[in-house]
Amino acid sequence: MGDKSSVKEPRGWKSLPLGALPYRLSLDYKTGDWRALKPVIDYGKCVNCMLCWLYCPDSAILWDGKKVFMNYDYCKGCGICSDVCPTKAIKMVPEGE
Amino acid sequence: MIPKVPLDKQIKKAVNGDEATAYAAKQSLVDVVAAYPITPQTIIVEKFSEFVANGEVYTEFVPVESEHSAMSAVIGAAAAGARAFTATASQGLALMLENLYIASALRLPLVLVVANRALSAPINIHCDHSDAMMMRDAGWVQIFAENTQEAYDTTIQAFKIAEDPEVQLPVAVNLDGFILSHTLEDIYMLPDEEVQKFLGGYRKPVKTYVDYLGKEVEVKLDPSNPISIGPLDLYDYYFEHKVPQAVAMEKVKEVVKRVNEEWFELSGRKYGDGVIDAWGVEDADVVVAVLGSTSGTVRYVAKELRKEGKKVGVLRIRLFRPFPFDEVRDLLKEVKVVGVMDRALSFGSFGPSFLEISTALQGIRNSPLMVNYIYGLGGRDVPPSHVKQVFNELEEIMKSGEVGKRLRFLGVRER
Ligand code: SF4
Ligand code: SF4
Repeated sequence: MGDKSSVKEPRGWKSLPLGALPYRLSLDYKTGDWRALKPVIDYGKCVNCMLCWLYCPDSAILWDGKKVFMNYDYCKGCGICSDVCPTKAIKMVPEGE
Repeated sequence: MIPKVPLDKQIKKAVNGDEATAYAAKQSLVDVVAAYPITPQTIIVEKFSEFVANGEVYTEFVPVESEHSAMSAVIGAAAAGARAFTATASQGLALMLENLYIASALRLPLVLVVANRALSAPINIHCDHSDAMMMRDAGWVQIFAENTQEAYDTTIQAFKIAEDPEVQLPVAVNLDGFILSHTLEDIYMLPDEEVQKFLGGYRKPVKTYVDYLGKEVEVKLDPSNPISIGPLDLYDYYFEHKVPQAVAMEKVKEVVKRVNEEWFELSGRKYGDGVIDAWGVEDADVVVAVLGSTSGTVRYVAKELRKEGKKVGVLRIRLFRPFPFDEVRDLLKEVKVVGVMDRALSFGSFGPSFLEISTALQGIRNSPLMVNYIYGLGGRDVPPSHVKQVFNELEEIMKSGEVGKRLRFLGVRER
């Protein structure tokens, strides 16, 4: 689906779907570049409680069957995961450091 | 012409304007009603919840905690493919305002009844059109009814207009608070099955092509064809998403006219050509333009003046959004003086109808002289004597060729 939706040519209004429907998937909007602070997990402290996974407002924390990890394409760096983590396993580090 | 449903097959009932619109919604197979009571709309909500409690309708009734939620809930319902209805007035409409823009941009065919009432402050519960005029840029179709019968007829028509595939826009039906909303009138209602046939049964969402699904799907929230409705759109696409709203508005007039004719064939009732209800305008020197229930008073006075040989006419604007510029221009271009009565004022400017009619007449050689009368704010009564004063002043302007003050307040005390 991702491929089909990455249309390069900008569309005119006549070829858009009806009613404020985007013709692309929201997945095409990589909101990760809004981030100033980046959440980084210390797996030594993580107890797999998955609270961060539950709370992330952007569904940018994923579960691969063994551990949680961030999808930095969409993580906006809000810090909620870091705040709710009971073991203080998530540190917010400035981007570029 | 004998209508398809002759009067003796119609249901005659004494109802007030609010009840009339509640009955109309009841007959229109509405899936969801979400509403919050506010004077003078309250009876609509009361009456409809009665229908629900009695099991007379299958409608999901959502008694929300505010008008903001009422509009949000019907937006959600319509986005899920439902036929949805709500009603409000004044401050309630103000509280709905931000969601009104969303409903129209998402092209959701909602129907909203507004029992027109003044806006605070000072707090006032009586009729004027300030509430309706507040939403005139919100992308909604706006129709003003003159009496209770028309409020009933128009509420049913509104669903058909809103859901027309070319339109797909929300429609607001306006009736004057108290003057219509609370005044008992004998009206004729169609049998349920005739209304349902007229509307083509339950709402059928239109289809659109969605690239990432690779097919045409109904525009509705449906887990088997997942779509996002109205997400982030910046300078790259916002503009392209707004133009279709303007284009859809261009289609509305013809649909309103067609629905007016279809309703006429069915019920025997029609309101002018659907967009304008003109009386005596063809050969008139002087015309008064007006919206809503006051039209009756103006027509009464105009008829009296005609008996005295005065060439006067009345232009009742039924469809205010989209505004019928071409029709107004055609009807008024030969007239000498036009007085526009507005029950609302854009402070620092003129009354909203005056601005529209001025635009309609712009560029005509020897275009009519125009005066704007602001009247009836906060429910101030408009007796025939005031309307007569308007016609007299317009006649004087015609004789002298001098307009004088263009913005005038009718029936207000000075000193
Ligand atoms: S910082 Fe915010 S957006 Fe990023 S993963 Fe944590 S909760 Fe999600
Ligand atoms: S909240 Fe903390 S401990 Fe729990 S899964 Fe997330 S990182 Fe691990």
